[in-house]
Amino acid sequence: MSDDHGQDHPKHELSYYAKRIYAMRDLLVEKGVITEKDIQCQIEYQEARTPANGAHLVAKAWVDPAFKARFIADAKAACAEIGIDATALNEFVVLENTPQVRHMVVCTLCSCYPRPILGRPPDWYKSFNYRQRSVSDPRGVMREFGLELADDVEVRVHDSTADIRYIVMPLRPAGTEGWSEADLAKLVTRDSMIGVMDALPMLPD
Amino acid sequence: MARGHHDVGGLPGAGAIEVTEHPLSDWEILADAVNQALGARGIKRTDEMRRAREEMDSAAYRDMTYYERWIASIEAILIEKNILSKAEIDQKLAAFESKWGEP
Amino acid sequence: MGRAVTAAAGRFKTGDRVKVKFEDRPGHLRTPWYIRGKSGWIERVYGDFLNPELLAFGKDGLPKKTLYLVAFDYSEVFGKSQGPKDKVLVDIYDHWLDALA
Repeated sequence: MSDDHGQDHPKHELSYYAKRIYAMRDLLVEKGVITEKDIQCQIEYQEARTPANGAHLVAKAWVDPAFKARFIADAKAACAEIGIDATALNEFVVLENTPQVRHMVVCTLCSCYPRPILGRPPDWYKSFNYRQRSVSDPRGVMREFGLELADDVEVRVHDSTADIRYIVMPLRPAGTEGWSEADLAKLVTRDSMIGVMDALPMLPD
Repeated sequence: MARGHHDVGGLPGAGAIEVTEHPLSDWEILADAVNQALGARGIKRTDEMRRAREEMDSAAYRDMTYYERWIASIEAILIEKNILSKAEIDQKLAAFESKWGEP
Repeated sequence: MGRAVTAAAGRFKTGDRVKVKFEDRPGHLRTPWYIRGKSGWIERVYGDFLNPELLAFGKDGLPKKTLYLVAFDYSEVFGKSQGPKDKVLVDIYDHWLDALA
């Protein structure tokens, strides 16, 4: 019975539910319902998925107008083009920000998120506060993340209630003409692809 | 009928968005992986898991952490599908307790 | 904008004005409470998908239902907004929508 990655706790200190998943895992493997290899593969699959995938897609779309058009028209195919495995997604839709329009994504009913591209969502995305407020107070949420928008900008909040998974393509920051894709990708934060903030205005330290 | 406890969009009284993140514990990573593995094997669907969480006790739903809710719904669905029984999970847990014990 | 994901057998096309049904029944419902009874328009037709209300109970999810991206003025859903152009957009299935003239 191997232990997996992540923070270790002395087993006897684990909460009721934490112990329960170990019990279920053992039983499921003993009964052949799933295998240890299944579990290990899922852990590795999940670890390989990070916001860097999304940043790569966005940066490429910023520099290459033809790729951008393909990304918007068929995001799954665009992922495959650059070696990102989006097959687990039923469907994947790009929401393009403009100076006049900002998008924001939430799943008010649970925590739907484009995990096969971006990895696990942040804790705050799954929180009751975000799920409650994002639809009714999107500008307030953006303000907390440092984004203040003029009244005449259109804010479009998407509630992912079905199998469509959304990614926001943030605006390319001003003054980045001639930048490499790699440097541009560093400006594309996970939070900018959820839509609560714009891309970074300058390279992080 | 009434609004489900999961159906929280637009409810008043929400506070500031807390942005600190906690690194995942072993058991949370395991819960995630078991959930995905069960899905990959066609044992259960995400829709069933969501429904199980909607059927939970409402106070528990709010009090439990994210992955605790996942574990509770995994258990509920496995029992519902007669893949595991509550008795054998309890038994396995008791065996753990006696093995792990207190230091 | 955007292509339909799959063939769509539903009743609505892009631009149609619709009203979300105010239903309240047991089961696994993916139409959020805050949008029930609200009026908006079809922004995009996503195509036909297995019905989650049935999948949630171990059924095969057939017949498929057409899924739409439905847009609502923020003011219609939550009242006055700081941004008069602001919108709320929800993915809603055909059987939850009624046509509006």
